[in-house]
Amino acid sequence: MPVETINGHRVLEAVNAALDRHGASREELIPILNQVNQALGYLPAEALSEISLRLKEPLSSVLGVASFYSMLSTRPRGRHVVQFCESAPCHVAGGREVWETLREALKLATDETSPDGKWTLITASCLGICGVEPVVIIDDDVYGNLTADKIPEILARYS
Amino acid sequence: MPIIKNLEDLKRVREEAHENRKRETAAGQIELIVGLSTCGIAAGARDILKAILEDIQNNNRVRIVVRQTGCIGLCEKEPIVQVVVGDQPKVTYGKVTPEIARRILADHVAGGKVLQNHVINL
Amino acid sequence: MRTIRSMVLVSNDLISMQRGAQDVYDRLQAEIKAYGLDQEISLAMVSDVGRHDALPLVIVYPEAVVYGPLKVEDVHGLVEEHLYKGRIVVNLQASNRELSGKIAWLNTRKGTLPAEQRIVLRRAGIIDPTNIEDYILNDGYATLGKALTYMTPAQVIDEVKKSGLRGRGGAGFPTGTKWGFVAKEKSPKKYVICNADESEPGTYKDRLILEGDPHSIIEALAIAAFAVGADEGYIYIRGEYKLAQERLKLAILQAEEMGFLGQNIFGTAFNFDLRIHCGAGAYICGEETALLESIEGKRGQPRTRPPFPTTHGLFGKPTLVNNVETLANVPPILLNGATWYRSFGTLSSPGTKVFTILGNVNTTRLIEVPMGITLREVIGIYAHGMKNGANFKLAQTGGSSGSIIPASLQDTPMDFDSFAKAGVALGSGALLICNEDTCVVDLAKVLLNFFRTESCGKCFPCRIGTQRACEMLEAIADGRATLKTLDQLMDLSTTLVNLSNCGLGQTAGTPLKDILTYFRAEVEAHIRLGVCPAGVCNTTEAVQ
Repeated sequence: MPVETINGHRVLEAVNAALDRHGASREELIPILNQVNQALGYLPAEALSEISLRLKEPLSSVLGVASFYSMLSTRPRGRHVVQFCESAPCHVAGGREVWETLREALKLATDETSPDGKWTLITASCLGICGVEPVVIIDDDVYGNLTADKIPEILARYS
Repeated sequence: MPIIKNLEDLKRVREEAHENRKRETAAGQIELIVGLSTCGIAAGARDILKAILEDIQNNNRVRIVVRQTGCIGLCEKEPIVQVVVGDQPKVTYGKVTPEIARRILADHVAGGKVLQNHVINL
Repeated sequence: MRTIRSMVLVSNDLISMQRGAQDVYDRLQAEIKAYGLDQEISLAMVSDVGRHDALPLVIVYPEAVVYGPLKVEDVHGLVEEHLYKGRIVVNLQASNRELSGKIAWLNTRKGTLPAEQRIVLRRAGIIDPTNIEDYILNDGYATLGKALTYMTPAQVIDEVKKSGLRGRGGAGFPTGTKWGFVAKEKSPKKYVICNADESEPGTYKDRLILEGDPHSIIEALAIAAFAVGADEGYIYIRGEYKLAQERLKLAILQAEEMGFLGQNIFGTAFNFDLRIHCGAGAYICGEETALLESIEGKRGQPRTRPPFPTTHGLFGKPTLVNNVETLANVPPILLNGATWYRSFGTLSSPGTKVFTILGNVNTTRLIEVPMGITLREVIGIYAHGMKNGANFKLAQTGGSSGSIIPASLQDTPMDFDSFAKAGVALGSGALLICNEDTCVVDLAKVLLNFFRTESCGKCFPCRIGTQRACEMLEAIADGRATLKTLDQLMDLSTTLVNLSNCGLGQTAGTPLKDILTYFRAEVEAHIRLGVCPAGVCNTTEAVQ
């Protein structure tokens, strides 16, 4: 079987690494998916079928879990994932304006990835950093106390 | 750290730690405590920590211990830096910028003068 | 930062306004500023004081002195004597000091401010969370040692029961009783789980405890495991809390090294292993049966209850699931005793509650105060008043699963029973304070969009109901709705509350009911007049 390559990573390698670390049991499915998702940027179909084979779990149930959780993605994502908190506290604290600016700056709608593969824009439910609302998370970096005029400078930090 | 097998072990460890702290305080050690919680980091606490460490190195400041702590609940005032000089009461600074952090080191830590404008009351 | 030492309330009901309450208020504001007291005294209007003989009334808090009827000329002397010099002006006092209205609670405060009382947050922001020595220096693991050495499991449960501690996740179930349920199960294998899947919008108290004091949760879980007879535990922590995960992993390693976890803890026969399970982004996993499914590696869909987790939980074994804040209360209770704990809060809800204050206020922050504090006190004292002096319109409590509390209920003590009696919910402790620029339809839209996104899709009342509710609210906001829509919305609210399988769907109906109960006129204005009174919604489609 040819080894598929995604984003320069080998799918099989990522799956093996995750199974080695967590063990091939059903209970570890979510940590396994989490790790593969982090290594490859998303969960390609090849990875899911490999995991399903190794755990002896139906593919449907592996896909069921993969599609349920918002931190797992079954579609390719951009190099940088921008998460915008759309819950009430950020909304009341001026989040709507930040959201509009973000959308215009990236020229993306919710859940879209830019054609050059740089950005993916997603909305998230409360991220629990409400003390510094409104909040945006880019990859693992948290930006708080945001206003619309801070957006261009922050986006420029990412290549 | 030793393995704790009963309450006496725990008590001994606690007392030893307590004695160590007292010695350090008596020796005039200065503690700089940076609030490193998610909200603090989101407000720029990592830059503050970096500025403090660089300043200590650049100016060869001694007897300073830099520690981290969680959030005290005043997320709006983050980044927060606390200064403890010897056995004097703790001074808390809010909305600290790298510039203010350097001034805390120069004026307060080295010069003994509290930057009243940036102090917050808890 | 300002420390508020006193609150001054001016009655603004219809009669008071006719008798010049606004002038009294304006003069008070000017005089307080003139005496340089505006940094320490908070001034607010209050309706329904329950006294009609002496309007307009001015109430000075925390002394709970009632002045009235007050004229503009009296204000100068009042500010100088009482607020500046601290002497009560006897000849301005209202004849009968009894208040029968909503702020009658003022007298029960007996001249004290409800001071911040840190029990669960006592170490957060003080100690270095990555250093176990700091924790031990601050009474750390002493309670676990005490429980294992001197107490039986039954005594531990009894003490927790006597303390009256109630679950802080939102439902307020008595913690000791829950522990008792698990303890009496005869099963060789039991689990204890800490629910750290904190996802209620506006709530971040658990993150603060986990990031600032991770060992306290480990210690509390070990005590809980000892009490109910479990030897394995999980901390289910939401995937987004990366820093808290790191700190907890480190803390568990440190605790294992020193023998606070593992075999023969404190030299006794008690063994306990603790693991972390990280979520992958799903609000619903905060529901305890969905959380169990998720640990088992499945989709986080709630189970049908009964059977309850206390008998059939993780992998079918009896399981105790407690919220982070609930657990953090346990070591101090055992260390200081149930009587000490009962000295805080109210009779039915003892202890403290952590609230996160958010929204249109001067200071957004997190406080831990005794149960039974009122919204007025929270806003006036801890949030330092409304931003830009705006009027308080409503508070949304407990993240999305709480209630929308109108200003008229801001004097209701915040404890489980008083809120339940008033028909609202306390929730998880988030207080989103909104001013009059907030449109209730727009707010409900955001809340319902949250439920629509986070519904797990298992049961149809919730899956379809939240979707339809969103559509109807959008129609109201756009001016496309008719009055019939409101009846349908009320129906839908009842359906969601009564027929949903779990708490998510049940609480999704609450904001709908709340806006129609307390703000019906504002909602109707969108439909009848095609106008959004707060100027938020774009209702132009209705104007033809």
